[in-house]
Amino acid sequence: MKVPVRWAWWEAVLWIALLASPLVFRERALLINEIAIVALFAVSLDLILGFTGIVSLGHAAFFGMGAYAAALFAKLVMPDPLVGLLVAIGVSTLLGAVCSMTIIRGSDLTRLMVTLGVGLILAELANKLDWLTGGADGLQGVIMGPLLGRFEFDLYGQTSALYSLLVLFLLFVLARHLVNSPFGATLKAIRDNRLRAMAIGIPVTQRIALVYTIAAGMAGAAGGLLAQTSGFASLDVFEFHRSADVMLVLVVGGTGWLYGGVAGALVFTLLQNFISSITPQYWTFWIGLFLVVLVQVGRERLLRPWTWWSVLRSGGSK
Amino acid sequence: MTDITKNPVVLSAQGLIKRFGGITATNNVTLNLHQGARHALIGPNGAGKTTLINLLTGVLPPTEGRITLEGEDISTLPPHLRVRRGMVRTFQINQLFDSMTPRETLALVVSQQRGLGGKWWQALGAQPEVNRRCEELLEQFHLSSVMHQTTNVMAYGKRRLLEIAIALACEPRVLLLDEPVAGVPAGEREELLQTVAALPSDVSILLIEHDMDLVFSFANRMTVLVNGTVLTEGTPDQIANDPQVKEVYLGHGEGAQHG
Repeated sequence: MKVPVRWAWWEAVLWIALLASPLVFRERALLINEIAIVALFAVSLDLILGFTGIVSLGHAAFFGMGAYAAALFAKLVMPDPLVGLLVAIGVSTLLGAVCSMTIIRGSDLTRLMVTLGVGLILAELANKLDWLTGGADGLQGVIMGPLLGRFEFDLYGQTSALYSLLVLFLLFVLARHLVNSPFGATLKAIRDNRLRAMAIGIPVTQRIALVYTIAAGMAGAAGGLLAQTSGFASLDVFEFHRSADVMLVLVVGGTGWLYGGVAGALVFTLLQNFISSITPQYWTFWIGLFLVVLVQVGRERLLRPWTWWSVLRSGGSK
Repeated sequence: MTDITKNPVVLSAQGLIKRFGGITATNNVTLNLHQGARHALIGPNGAGKTTLINLLTGVLPPTEGRITLEGEDISTLPPHLRVRRGMVRTFQINQLFDSMTPRETLALVVSQQRGLGGKWWQALGAQPEVNRRCEELLEQFHLSSVMHQTTNVMAYGKRRLLEIAIALACEPRVLLLDEPVAGVPAGEREELLQTVAALPSDVSILLIEHDMDLVFSFANRMTVLVNGTVLTEGTPDQIANDPQVKEVYLGHGEGAQHG
């Protein structure tokens, strides 16, 4: 059996390219930063959606919690980004642990509603507690200290992009170990067949709660990065469209495959950026069209245009 | 044949009752499985065999009655804890992990069985002792040739073998086999029958089966279940010659018609 899961050459190339990108495309650093954050958020969702088979429409709850935790910490306690990020991860992990109690019971549909509900509750809390969160105006005036006491966050976002990419890389390595381990295999077993997973002695609810909590912490890290690198946290981080977008990102990149989150974030963010620069008003139309085509044609075939016609000729055999 | 009932009881159900609304699916069943037994549970369709298995394994809570495993009351334990105490089942309809290969499946089950299921840093299959056990199981269940195929593309007979291999990978002391040869085509049947016959003798087995050839060649103890109650229990010879059982199976008994 393939003993410790080795890194393929293309993985090394990909990560070197990603980590070098802010240095090469200096004027695009803000965009790269955004991609890294979306990728981290998507990878965290994939842990529960792709690897464990739990559909969540409220993953933004943890993203938002991380964002507000990081912003508040910087504003009220201390401006160090790394400590702030750890706090963001800690707080959202805690929230994840509490919320995991709500999703281990019930059918898929009720669970979906619960995840949605948690997101709505948090958004409204952030809105109402305006003495703390700034309410609808958002939490402004978050000033970050330099990274490791040396690297200032510059206006062009180069430090931000490198910082986000490094955090993405570290947490990705963690997730990669996790999904290839016996623990990861028990998650896949739960996804494939919950009844049998139970019948071989896997504590199913416990495992679901645990992976949900881990995913919440990762999503919180992504939210924390957003608040830290933009110096701002607004109600928008909790919004439903964020949970929906991150699911689209996974659909684009592929679920149950950690690079799906990264690939999806790249494609989705670049596409969104590209189309909205051409048609700022109607870009969602084109994104929608792209998604419909993607699902109809299939990801595999979309990447191989030469196969389109052969399929048409064979009458789109199903 | 030695009398298996002289061995100590490993699994015992006492006065089990299960009602679904107004229907009594299991009606006051008492059953003892002895150490090393090959105990067949037979009965016409709808006799409540699968309900009984679900009660024993903890998928369903009993309305009344109690279940002990090696002397310990397990009536209220959740399914996965009963598995950890050594009682494992197979399913009448295959319950496999479709996206995994037999190799991965067994590595997972063996890891879980050895308490490594919570390990998240080391890779699956990084422990030599886990791998050794996997090789043994693949060999024993004639799965070596398909060990790298994804389970959902395997032939039905092989899937059936994997179904049992998963259970045995849990190192059971009590094994509940729910119609192990159901639906297996003739060409793949012999391999499966041999494998079932070669299961370790120290494992006590409760077998639910419709196939009378398998039952009579395999069992050393039999219980006949009709309408949720135990009609009779005895050695295969006693059962084969029991007029009540004949009546049920030849279809004269009213009891066989409903329930």
